[in-house]
Amino acid sequence: MTDTNFDLIVVGGGPGGYTAAIRASQLGMKVALVEKENLGGICLNWGCIPTKALLRTAEVYHLMHRAKEFGLKADNIGFDIEAVVKRSRGVASQLNAGVKHLMKKNKVTVFDGHAKLSGKGKLNVTKDGKPVVDLTAKNIILATGARARELPGLEADGKLVWNYRHAMVPTSFPKTLLVIGSGAIGIEFASFYQTLGCKVTVVEVLDRIVPVEDAEISAIAHKQFEKQGMVIKTKAVVKSLKRNANDVVATIEQNGKSEQFTFERVISAVGIVGNVENLGLEGTKIKVEKTHVIAGQYCETDEPGVYAIGDLTGPPWLAHKAGHEAVICVEKIAGQHPHPLNVLGIPGCTYCHPQIASVGLTEQAAKDKGYQVKVGRYPFIANGKAIALGETQGLVKTVFDAKTGELLGAHMVGPEVTEMIQGYAIAKTLETTEQELMHTVFPHPTLSEMMHESVLDAYGRAINM
Amino acid sequence: MPIQILMPALSPTMTEGKLAKWLKKEGDKISSGDVIAEIETDKATMEMEAVDEGTLGKIIIPEGTEKVLVNEPIAVLLLEGESSGATAPAAKAPAAATPAPAAAPAVAKPATAPAAAPAAKPQASSGTRVFASPLAKRVAANAGIDLASIKGSGPQGRIVRADVDQAVAGGGAKKAAPKAAAASGPVPDFGQPYTEVPHTGMRKVIAQRLLEAKTTIPHFYLTIDCNIDEIIKVRKELAESGVKVSVNDFVVKASALALRKVPQANASWTDDAVRLYTNVDISVAVATPDGLITPIVRNADKKGLAAISAEVKDLASRAKAKKLKLEEFQGGGFSISNLGMFGIKEFSAIVNPPQVCILAVGAGSERAVVKNGAITIANVMTCTLSCDHRVVDGSVGAEFLQAFQALIENPIRMIL
Repeated sequence: MTDTNFDLIVVGGGPGGYTAAIRASQLGMKVALVEKENLGGICLNWGCIPTKALLRTAEVYHLMHRAKEFGLKADNIGFDIEAVVKRSRGVASQLNAGVKHLMKKNKVTVFDGHAKLSGKGKLNVTKDGKPVVDLTAKNIILATGARARELPGLEADGKLVWNYRHAMVPTSFPKTLLVIGSGAIGIEFASFYQTLGCKVTVVEVLDRIVPVEDAEISAIAHKQFEKQGMVIKTKAVVKSLKRNANDVVATIEQNGKSEQFTFERVISAVGIVGNVENLGLEGTKIKVEKTHVIAGQYCETDEPGVYAIGDLTGPPWLAHKAGHEAVICVEKIAGQHPHPLNVLGIPGCTYCHPQIASVGLTEQAAKDKGYQVKVGRYPFIANGKAIALGETQGLVKTVFDAKTGELLGAHMVGPEVTEMIQGYAIAKTLETTEQELMHTVFPHPTLSEMMHESVLDAYGRAINM
Repeated sequence: MPIQILMPALSPTMTEGKLAKWLKKEGDKISSGDVIAEIETDKATMEMEAVDEGTLGKIIIPEGTEKVLVNEPIAVLLLEGESSGATAPAAKAPAAATPAPAAAPAVAKPATAPAAAPAAKPQASSGTRVFASPLAKRVAANAGIDLASIKGSGPQGRIVRADVDQAVAGGGAKKAAPKAAAASGPVPDFGQPYTEVPHTGMRKVIAQRLLEAKTTIPHFYLTIDCNIDEIIKVRKELAESGVKVSVNDFVVKASALALRKVPQANASWTDDAVRLYTNVDISVAVATPDGLITPIVRNADKKGLAAISAEVKDLASRAKAKKLKLEEFQGGGFSISNLGMFGIKEFSAIVNPPQVCILAVGAGSERAVVKNGAITIANVMTCTLSCDHRVVDGSVGAEFLQAFQALIENPIRMIL
């Protein structure tokens, strides 16, 4: 007979949910996790990880084309899309197995099914509409995540119009592709397909691509993508899609003019919506706003004993935000005194080519908040390692509060910047000022030296520029 | 194996001291309990006794060395049969020389807080390290806030920026004390000839503590005249019966009894509360060649005049010889400073932190006094009470002086 009473039940096994389950187990709680599909969630199975596998393929492919530049020979360069997808799926399934193991190791009871709140401290689990088990718990964490937003007329059909999920497992490689939306998801797919030789058009409704990033970074990325042959239409809207047998005619409005373009495939990446449906929220005090659950600084909802973390709640919608919230939430439940999450300390990474990474306020946001700023910039072209790598396009930008020396934000575009941003994130968490960053010895020759020089530049002290 | 003799910690807060003098030479035989060296701390010179027997093999730190860190090896003691050649490896022996004087009792703590801290520490107002993020430090410095007065909410109580912001917003934080004397700017040299007397540890502590007191404590002063005709009479009578007591002894005793009546004057200010001391321990300022020191007459309210007199004499003479033990000058709830012997009529003293009151006693002298409409002659002593207004309000200080005056003018009440 399965035990059905727990200290904590986590609904959803993504990076937020499984992290919550492990942390709770570490703190001595008896924990269950309910997952309806794959442990590891979107991130691991259909998001962060498999796309990184695809983008790695694109990167290697790109370098193979540059072989001559490095004194190498490579002929008959090509790819097998089936094998590319297979590798990506293999990576996902390896990690999925890893999470299964972690659950076992941490003595987390995993239920396969869909959980729904059915009263105070109660959940019923069903699978394919059939009841599986009724569970009770002192505390419940909802971590059901989010899914692609569907705009009327742009709905994904899986054949001609894709969402991220379809875009990850193409059966054939399109020659032309329209990507609607230039957020992290849209631009990563655009970059992947563009690099493998597809003619990609990106349509963004706002005035620049990757609009959450610093304007300067957006502009550099924009220029790089165009150099690669990507067509970018900003302040543009896809008015309609006409789906033919094997292509789509898109009506795109830009600068008050409507034009029609034909694409083999379309990716709709116009944001996400929270998975708030069919959770039994109706009978509770839990508030939902714009498809996301309203939660407090310790992830508590308005319903006592029920918490919500990750993409189900407010932005930023990032796996590492979910995982961090999981820890804060569980520690709070355990009676500890965790610090609430500081949103401005959460780095964001986009793995297009060139990569984009940032943490904290953009220059404009800092100014809008009334800060007097000192801004440092250091270009990749002035960095020895970047030149040696043959990757000289990019920028490291830092924004300081002139009054206190607080690192308000850091913004990078260029190769490997996603691996470097953590340095600034640590600096922000430790509340260093420009002084400590200046006093830190950065190893030579590395790309990270640019992080040092950018700080120096903010104070007019850059050495190698 | 040779034993390393380590620099002793002579008080809980001592981090370094001066090795003033070696009383044994290399090669001297040492028995347990022998005084082997004199160590000078901020306020006193103390004797260091040997714990183990043996021969003083090697002096590592020569006498006269300043800023010797606590637990730094200062010499090597050879046990029987060991030669000085064995001293080289100098491995740390955990059971090495225990410092002679026992650590000061816990009550001594507050008085010495800043004493042993190296002058370079940024938080002059507290001897303990304050853990704060660089940004918190910068923001606090900009706002002129003393980090020591802020409670940290970060990991391990580290002060983060939000804590400083909160303190600024709530106005709960102490404004940073100006840095200690050591931090004052360079003195301009106009070419006049001079000699320089290097600061003793004591001078540095006096400078730091009094600067802190005068700049951070809201002082006010109350002055009262006391007729000491009766005291002079009683003194004579006592002298005739062979008991010699000074006017100052009466002042000590009268203060002690007045403090029993007005306990708010026997107190300390802390961030959270006013600490009222249960015992009446009176610090009596004694001038020494190196500076001022305030040995303590403990439970002065319970002691007779003769006992107080003998105790003050003993403490003063040992203070001048720098032979006071730590617990004899650390603590106390109230201070008396008497410059009557110099003919000073009246003066205002600086509160001796963490106490809240100090009584400045002038010379008793014959003065013209108007009494019942007629001018008469009386011996009058003017006393000024300096008060920390955070704890002692004007009326409380006045109440104390009134009680004090009543006792001084009617000394018979003190004897009861």
